[in-house]
Amino acid sequence: MVMVRMIDEEFVWMAGGPQGSGVDSAANIFGRACCYGGLHIYGKREYHSNIKGLHSYFHIRVSPKEVRSDVERVDMLCAFDAESVVRHIWEVIPRGGIVCDTEALRTRIADISTLPPSFWNEFKKKLNEKGIKPETVGDLLKEAEKDNVHVYPVPYLDLLRDVAQKIGEEKLSRLMRMLNVLALGVSFGLIDYDRTFVERAIGDTFRGRHKIIETNLLALRVAYDYAKGKFGFFGYKLQTVQTEERRIFLSGNQAVALGKLVGGCRVQTYYPITPAADESEYLEENEILETLSEQSEGSIVVMQTEDEIAAINMASGAALTGARAATSTSGPGFSLMVEGLGWAGNNEVPVVITYYQRAGPGTGMATRHGQSDLRFVTHAAHGEFPRIVLCSGDIEECFYDAALAFSYAERYQLPVILLIDKAMANSNKSCRMFDLARVKIERGQLLSEAEFKGKEYRRFEFTESGISWRLPLGTPDVVSWNTGYEHSDLGHINEEPINRTLMVDKRMRKLETADREIPLEERVNFFGDADATTTIVSWGSPKGAVLEAMERLRQEGYKINFLQVRMPHPLPKAHIAEILSKAQKKIMVEGNYMGQLAGIIREQTGIAMDYLVLKWSGRPMYLGEVYEALKLIMQDKAPRRQVLTHGA
Amino acid sequence: MALKLADYRTPVFVDWCPGCGNFGIVSAVHMALVDLQLPRSKVVIFSGVGCHSKLPHFVNTYGVETLHGRTLPFAVGAKLANPNLEVIAVMGDGDGLGIGAGHFVNTGRRNIDMTVLIHDNGVYGLTKGQASPTLRLGLRTKALPKPNINEGINPIAMALAAGYTFIARGYSFETRHLKEMIKAGISHKGLAVIIVQQPCPTYNDINTKEWYGGEDLIDPETSKPIPRVYKLEEVGYDGVVRKPEEAFPKLVAALTKAQEWGDKIPIGVFYQNELVPTYQDRISMRIPSYLKNPPAKQVISDPKGKPVTSIKKMLTELQVTGFEGNSA
Repeated sequence: MVMVRMIDEEFVWMAGGPQGSGVDSAANIFGRACCYGGLHIYGKREYHSNIKGLHSYFHIRVSPKEVRSDVERVDMLCAFDAESVVRHIWEVIPRGGIVCDTEALRTRIADISTLPPSFWNEFKKKLNEKGIKPETVGDLLKEAEKDNVHVYPVPYLDLLRDVAQKIGEEKLSRLMRMLNVLALGVSFGLIDYDRTFVERAIGDTFRGRHKIIETNLLALRVAYDYAKGKFGFFGYKLQTVQTEERRIFLSGNQAVALGKLVGGCRVQTYYPITPAADESEYLEENEILETLSEQSEGSIVVMQTEDEIAAINMASGAALTGARAATSTSGPGFSLMVEGLGWAGNNEVPVVITYYQRAGPGTGMATRHGQSDLRFVTHAAHGEFPRIVLCSGDIEECFYDAALAFSYAERYQLPVILLIDKAMANSNKSCRMFDLARVKIERGQLLSEAEFKGKEYRRFEFTESGISWRLPLGTPDVVSWNTGYEHSDLGHINEEPINRTLMVDKRMRKLETADREIPLEERVNFFGDADATTTIVSWGSPKGAVLEAMERLRQEGYKINFLQVRMPHPLPKAHIAEILSKAQKKIMVEGNYMGQLAGIIREQTGIAMDYLVLKWSGRPMYLGEVYEALKLIMQDKAPRRQVLTHGA
Repeated sequence: MALKLADYRTPVFVDWCPGCGNFGIVSAVHMALVDLQLPRSKVVIFSGVGCHSKLPHFVNTYGVETLHGRTLPFAVGAKLANPNLEVIAVMGDGDGLGIGAGHFVNTGRRNIDMTVLIHDNGVYGLTKGQASPTLRLGLRTKALPKPNINEGINPIAMALAAGYTFIARGYSFETRHLKEMIKAGISHKGLAVIIVQQPCPTYNDINTKEWYGGEDLIDPETSKPIPRVYKLEEVGYDGVVRKPEEAFPKLVAALTKAQEWGDKIPIGVFYQNELVPTYQDRISMRIPSYLKNPPAKQVISDPKGKPVTSIKKMLTELQVTGFEGNSA
């Protein structure tokens, strides 16, 4: 893979270390500190399915302009351990830097036991290419220096002793968890960044814990000053930018949770699973809600269930009472929910499922990215019933879609699956402040007691739109029935052929109604040159990389447009067919083996994509590799199918 | 005007086999609702899948027939969202203790204020008589090709271990007694379970009405059958915990009593403890407005569809630039 040298104003920082060593909190502090300086952030988190010891890293892209994707290069690698040096050394560009512990230099590379055999194969190949035989991490770093990479060994233990002495702490072990803040201090010192922003970020991260804040601030200063005094200027200064724009810095999990709250979700059920659980935990942290209505206080009840089967069915039970209810899961959990999904479909229950895709099948790679469940969610469960599938393309869309999902669910009385993925869930991005005025709550034919007074209630009354009146369980003076069996309009078991024919038709008609009513702007996004003859189609998290790669290509003079599918089911097929029929080069970019959306589009429009750009390595799409793949296509040098593999 | 039995019945044809124990159970439900005068629209009866699961269609309250084994999650979800509902969860023995066993155990941990009825006939009726989890080892009911190779579980002991705070057994042909058990379960503050022994005249040719009636056990003095079923309250058994220190000894006594089976089958209340906080109490500790303004009753938008939920607190924590009067 050729490294694409991006705009010089950008800075890419990576923190790597064993899980449990504070990589995440260091990265969060780093990101927030940059945001305070008016910079934009896109931060990606990679971790093993492991609690302590295995390698994890955070990759943060900092720019004065909005950034939407990961890039391949690293400008500064901040390695908390020897393994992080060995794993990421070749990603650091010439003139870039590596910050590591002095202790790590002596570590023999062969002694790093957490590196898997497949890593060694690739690593040895690389050493052979370069014709080098390093014994220790120090030897390896000397090789990097020959490539013009700056190496900054830091005696962390000495710095920590300095901190301990200053605060009168005798036991050094009590301070070990501050190594990450020392590493931050060194990094920021090297790039000569305004320290007050970092201090503010530390204050926010440890909000309310004054003693911890104080010690961490001290550690930051010690390391910052050490770096400046010892190493001088790194050659790159991270400049702050003036901005009036109101921005927030958050993860996809948080954006979904906030969207759910604004959208009126009042019951959330979940069973712990990666990478979905953070959403539910964030909701539980914020279970008491301020409201603008006369009711002084609202709340969301978050229930951790015994399994995902309970989670979906409990959410359906709650939805039957009129509360907006949702559950949140990933692939293995959704597999268990499938029967409950069918019940909700049969009983026309408005229930929302946020589905964070990860690499499958089976356990697959629990903490790694995947985008291979689109076919699954559009077909899951036996029998035929309507559902709506929404796919967010970035963290901002996660927020608006999470709120919107409930209105679709209630308007059409069906399950709605909000399909997102690990790359969005666990990435942090600086976003424009959410515009709450864009959120509209529509409850469809959910009636209050007063609105229904005196009428006869047939829950599944046959109607032209397929949508029937819906009353919450407990509404006075009426009763109703539900059953998983086929049923009459009253909700009693009915196996008669005519009723069955009509009832299936009634339910399925709702999908046609939804297809007719939901405006295109909620179902697709269109970017780029309207008159281009090259059209890229994609969905989900590749959006960011595709957008940025397309902009680069357009700057180079190519005419391209990009159709982002946000609602693959029901698919706005006439619109998609119209756009694709104008394109001579039709390119699908998606993170799976089969080209699932390409298949769905072909099935429903008869149009086949000319090129597939696919990836299933468990890592999200990087800007450089997407750019290269698209460029090859533009130059007519590309095979029909390109498979991307970048990422550690 | 007082509600009568007829008010709680529906015109739906009851398609259980003649002689099925379910008739007694649905009658007891109707009678309990009359006695308690529960408004029809306040009651929701959930069921799973199996012969038992048709029961809600025969009761003129809200009725939700769910999935095989999943009665409890649906019921819990509804009760959680609207604690004003009177929730009754009806399950079969295969349904509730086989495929749904995980829910049976975990619901016990929550002490949600609702009532669970388990129809226990030892077989899977609707799929033509396979052994259910309560059928004892070595028994060979009519449809089994071979004697049961699994041990039967003890639902009362299981309920005790899981944390149910009202545990009783009824018998479908002791309808009035069963009605009292259901009423006590509904009135109980917390999670109540009533195991209902019932014959399956079609597939269980061992635990029949005659067997429960002890027609094979003849008193040599009177030459009359000695019924297997007897009432705990008639032998002076008292399983009600009134003081915290009684909880453990009464639980041990109930566990011992639960072992009784065979020639003597106790029915009645094995254990009751209202000193345990309900799930609603526990949520209210965290969310003081929960009972006053539960999820199902919350206003989420103004009449024009504008959301009323404020996320200002969270957004303020996440905000990084553009602070009022203080640009970065």
